[in-house]
Amino acid sequence: MPKIKLPVKTPHIDMTPMVDLFALLLTFFMLTTSFRPQEAAIIDTPNSVSEKVCPDKDVITILVGKDNKVYLNFDNGKDTSILIRKEVLKKMAEQYHLTFNDKELKTFSTWASFGMPADKLKAWINTPDSKDREKFLTGIPMDSTDNQLNLWVRFIRLQNPNAEVAIKGDSDADFKTVKHVMDILQENKVNKFNLTTNLQKEEAKLEE
Amino acid sequence: MAEIIQAEGKQKGGKKKAKKFSTHIDMTPMVDLMCLLITFFMLTTAFSKPKAMEITMPEKKDDPTIKAPEIQADRTINILISGNDQIYYYFGLADPKKPLPTLIKTSYSKDGIRKILLQRNKIVFKAVTELREKVIKGEEVMADSTLTRKIKELKKSDKNAPIILIKADERAKYKNMVDIIDEMAITTVANYAVVDISPIELQMISGTVPATPAK
Repeated sequence: MPKIKLPVKTPHIDMTPMVDLFALLLTFFMLTTSFRPQEAAIIDTPNSVSEKVCPDKDVITILVGKDNKVYLNFDNGKDTSILIRKEVLKKMAEQYHLTFNDKELKTFSTWASFGMPADKLKAWINTPDSKDREKFLTGIPMDSTDNQLNLWVRFIRLQNPNAEVAIKGDSDADFKTVKHVMDILQENKVNKFNLTTNLQKEEAKLEE
Repeated sequence: MAEIIQAEGKQKGGKKKAKKFSTHIDMTPMVDLMCLLITFFMLTTAFSKPKAMEITMPEKKDDPTIKAPEIQADRTINILISGNDQIYYYFGLADPKKPLPTLIKTSYSKDGIRKILLQRNKIVFKAVTELREKVIKGEEVMADSTLTRKIKELKKSDKNAPIILIKADERAKYKNMVDIIDEMAITTVANYAVVDISPIELQMISGTVPATPAK
């Protein structure tokens, strides 16, 4: 008897539904993604029941790290013709007799949070490697002899009077430091703060 | 599995047929790429948007002629926050000239400070929860903004609602303060303020002035 020759077939799985699903998921994730901006320090915010979403435009964010170092972040504002970060840095440079060229100003305007004395800014901007850049993050000085945070906030407020203030403090930061930051802000006529927190539902029941 | 252009096996002699092309497209590379992209987006997505707790501080006035508003002592609860998650409270005012109120130690837990606040803020809390429940059940239909306004009105309505003064000493953590302000939101306390701690209160915490232990 001759052998029955089976036709050689390549095993084939119909991948169309899988691809459909993947495409759907991919679209979903692409549309919902809001990229987490690189932050100067890892900050573990405390929990609260507040459901108000933190503003993400026109906002000055002051970060208080675990080690009580203070970092600052602010955006370029709604008006795209003026880069607020650029203008503020220019003002700051004037104050501390520093010079920044156009390229440095532009780089600064695209970056996010920072935290170092003003005289270290130039070196920080010119450091290409992000790992090396972390070494510069020593916190913004805000003691009475050299209150740079105060100046930053003042210049930002002058450039962008609509800016809201958000304080993002780490759970383990000292309240003293946060209070100090609040005092500086109040000197600049900011009396409303947004304390950034994580949402955690909590119910209270009245005992009868 | 590459089989984009795969000719049909053998062609028997005879009529010349148009070559049949398989319509299958190998989708493996596409799937691979998509898998990669999905993983990337899933890992970078920040799902929970950060929330913010709003707090308004009283404006600082350098003018000494303007006095701080008088607060009714019998409505006041002072919450003192200290290091190591210690929390104390006392009622009324601490006046060095008068006998000091007893300082009571409590905790951040459900049965701690929340119980006391709820008890004192019973009327407002009840009214607000009832209103919220009605909205959830659909008995009353209103916009979110109306609801917030109504809750605000309810909070103002009770003339005996407690006034909370929150005071933190040097060792207090930021988390403690947020927890307490959060507690105000949970127990729907309308009147609260973050105030500087006074020397007499520091003494009360440190125990230089005899304080009663927790009951």
